[in-house]
Amino acid sequence: MAQECSCDARFAETSDLGPLDDIIERYGREKGALIPLLQETQDAYGYLDEAVMRELARRAGYQLSQLYGVATFFAQFRLKPIGEYLIKVCHGTACHVAGATQITDEIANQLDIKEGDTTPDGRFTLESVMCLGACSLSPIMLVGEDTHGRLKPTGIKKILKQYAGDSGSSKEEE
Amino acid sequence: MGTSGHRYKVVLGYGTCGIAAGATGVRDALEEAEKAGGYDMDFDIAGCMGYCFIEPVVEVFDSEGGSVIYGDMTAKKVAQLLDEHIKSGKVIEDWVVRKSDQPEAGEGDFLANQHRVVLRNCGKINPESIEEYIEIGGYEAAKKALATMSPDEVIEEVSAAGIRGRGGAGFPTGTKWGFARKSPGDIKYLICNADEGDPGAFMDRSVLEGDPHTVIEGMILAGYAIGARQGYIYCRAEYPLALKRLDIALEECHRRGFLGEGIFGSDWDFDIRIKKGAGAFVCGEETAMMASIEGKRGMPNPRPPFPANQGLWGKPTNINNVETLAAIPWIIANGGAEYAKTGTEKSKGTKVFCLAGKVRRSGLAEVPMGYTLRQVIFDVGGGVQAGKEFKAVQMGGPSGGCLPAALLDTLVDYDAIIATGAIMGSGGMIVADDRTCMVDLARYFLSFTQEESCGKCTPCRIGTKRMLEILERICEGRGEPDDIDKLDELAADIKAASLCALGGTAPNPVLTTLKYFRNEYEDHILNHKCTAGVCPALITLHIDPETCIGCGACVKVCPTEAITGEKKQPHVIDVEACIRCKMCLSRCPEDSIIAE
Ligand SMILES: Cc1cc2nc3c(=O)[nH]c(=O)nc-3n(C[C@H](O)[C@H](O)[C@H](O)COP(=O)(O)O)c2cc1C
Ligand code: FES
Repeated sequence: MAQECSCDARFAETSDLGPLDDIIERYGREKGALIPLLQETQDAYGYLDEAVMRELARRAGYQLSQLYGVATFFAQFRLKPIGEYLIKVCHGTACHVAGATQITDEIANQLDIKEGDTTPDGRFTLESVMCLGACSLSPIMLVGEDTHGRLKPTGIKKILKQYAGDSGSSKEEE
Repeated sequence: MGTSGHRYKVVLGYGTCGIAAGATGVRDALEEAEKAGGYDMDFDIAGCMGYCFIEPVVEVFDSEGGSVIYGDMTAKKVAQLLDEHIKSGKVIEDWVVRKSDQPEAGEGDFLANQHRVVLRNCGKINPESIEEYIEIGGYEAAKKALATMSPDEVIEEVSAAGIRGRGGAGFPTGTKWGFARKSPGDIKYLICNADEGDPGAFMDRSVLEGDPHTVIEGMILAGYAIGARQGYIYCRAEYPLALKRLDIALEECHRRGFLGEGIFGSDWDFDIRIKKGAGAFVCGEETAMMASIEGKRGMPNPRPPFPANQGLWGKPTNINNVETLAAIPWIIANGGAEYAKTGTEKSKGTKVFCLAGKVRRSGLAEVPMGYTLRQVIFDVGGGVQAGKEFKAVQMGGPSGGCLPAALLDTLVDYDAIIATGAIMGSGGMIVADDRTCMVDLARYFLSFTQEESCGKCTPCRIGTKRMLEILERICEGRGEPDDIDKLDELAADIKAASLCALGGTAPNPVLTTLKYFRNEYEDHILNHKCTAGVCPALITLHIDPETCIGCGACVKVCPTEAITGEKKQPHVIDVEACIRCKMCLSRCPEDSIIAE
């Protein structure tokens, strides 16, 4: 997935354990720094890979179960790789009332994937998140770092197109 | 606001909501013009001014202190702004949101009806510049307290203000500080709760993005008062801009000696670190938050022991919300008595609400305690969006409740709101209209709390699941006549037996909708109807032949080919084939498709 995609050099290969050195150097000895350790690891690899977790546990002196205990508790941590663009559709109250369900449905439909999944070409991953704190622009979503507000199902196709490159993740009909 | 020797100062609201609405393009255009020269202006960014309904927003100050606010800005409109206003001094009337010389005209009453204490600097100063904060008197309160007041005197001032915690529960802040101060121990901690998990609340984000130094100053004062030398800001990871601005602010404080050893030249040490949340609503609860800072699964613990006695790493700890802390510098600077002049007998000062949903002017509304909900929603918020009718206001998020029109004269006051079954909560206010289904809304909140339940205690873990199942079947048209009684019974047990307030308040959205909108439940269960047109299993979709223009947009998206019609002639939906996915609804340019 993400690490196989040649267009995507944002994340380290999971076979490269180099980034861990720096992360452990910064947080390894700090009291209670398990969450920042995992956050930094996920930032480096895009997700928490099992082999990486084993190595992290060994080097930082944690039980593997401690790492997984925390990683599975918090919504932020992912155990599966993600696509190049992570789409986070807000399903907070304001967005729910403003029709977030239809937005997710439309994206799922356009990309032909289910919520939580990644397109086969590794371009997009579709997720739901809780309130992004910009409720007055509801419904709202993040594509990568970009915020798109006041969404309408009719406008989704155009937005996805900006990110689809030429691999054509989104359906090319109509 | 000075104009730095220029004829004008142009300030752009540059918070998350402004950026989402396109403020970056406006900033680039203004920066370019400033660089190119030829305009007698100084350009700066600020945090969110609160006008979320008309973002991006630009405020133009003249050298006499007057100002004009323009809304709905775009990069394209910048050229006209520069030409007409900056070059020729001509106000572009069509874009005006508010003029300082006519503060109540037009949309101006949005601000005119507010009373800003916590938001006093938001949208006025550049949050990335400590100089601007200092220029308007920032850090004077902390300096004064450290130089001239004892910790007990600081606590007395806060107690005199009568401020109660803005994180939801409304516990008197001075009393809480007193507990932490008296608790024995050399090492104590202070935590700023910036987890803001309530979907629909964004005031803490706005304060952190717009005025981070006020929160830091509040923390310095709190740390000094209780005897904590280490502070933490626990901020949710979903707020990258707030985190970035906090980072900048902390660095500037370190450089100036406002944080670290012997701050402000005193012998008091105080430092602050940021802890980034990892996406768990329950971590807004104080004991769960401490577990998470210690690097554990963020599960709550029973109280007692209270954090003031045994908190972070077993040490006395005080936790306050962002909005609470942001009011502290003002209180120390102006005196507790001055703060207490605003408000009701038991709820003092101001409260920031986040108006969203079907309200006309969504945004930040800081009002005195003692306003009515009607004043907040109608006088500040401008009422319900055109053509819609007010049905309910949801207050306090997943722990709160839905109040009907008949309760609009309820006062903004902790106790008055609790008497209705809702809670003040963090201050999210979602306005619902006749197109919002109250049963669906209750189901939505239950699915939220059920998902966010940490699973530690049974009533919350399993009880909310059972309630959710009942609500789901009601929304799917499979409700049973005794479901309402079952919901009531479960709600009472969950409230009584849950370990923390997540479970303890989770039934509130259901209980308040049952209390005030019982007929909607009955309609769903007995008549198989969702009058708001929301629950797919209980509606039918049809096309209004009077308004349909026969454009065929709906035909294209219908997955079951249920819509037919000649071009330019009214179309019809085959009710048998329709799966009520509502895809067509948003496609119709004429709003001709009706869900009932
Ligand atoms: C499930 C749950 C979530 C909470 N979330 C928050 C939150 O996001 N922000 C907050 O300030 N307080 C939150 N609280 C309240 C805190 O536990 C605590 O009462 C508050 O931070 C104290 O600060 P205050 O006295 O200044 O209000 C939450 C409580 C519960 C039970
Ligand atoms: S509910 Fe979506 S941004 Fe708040």
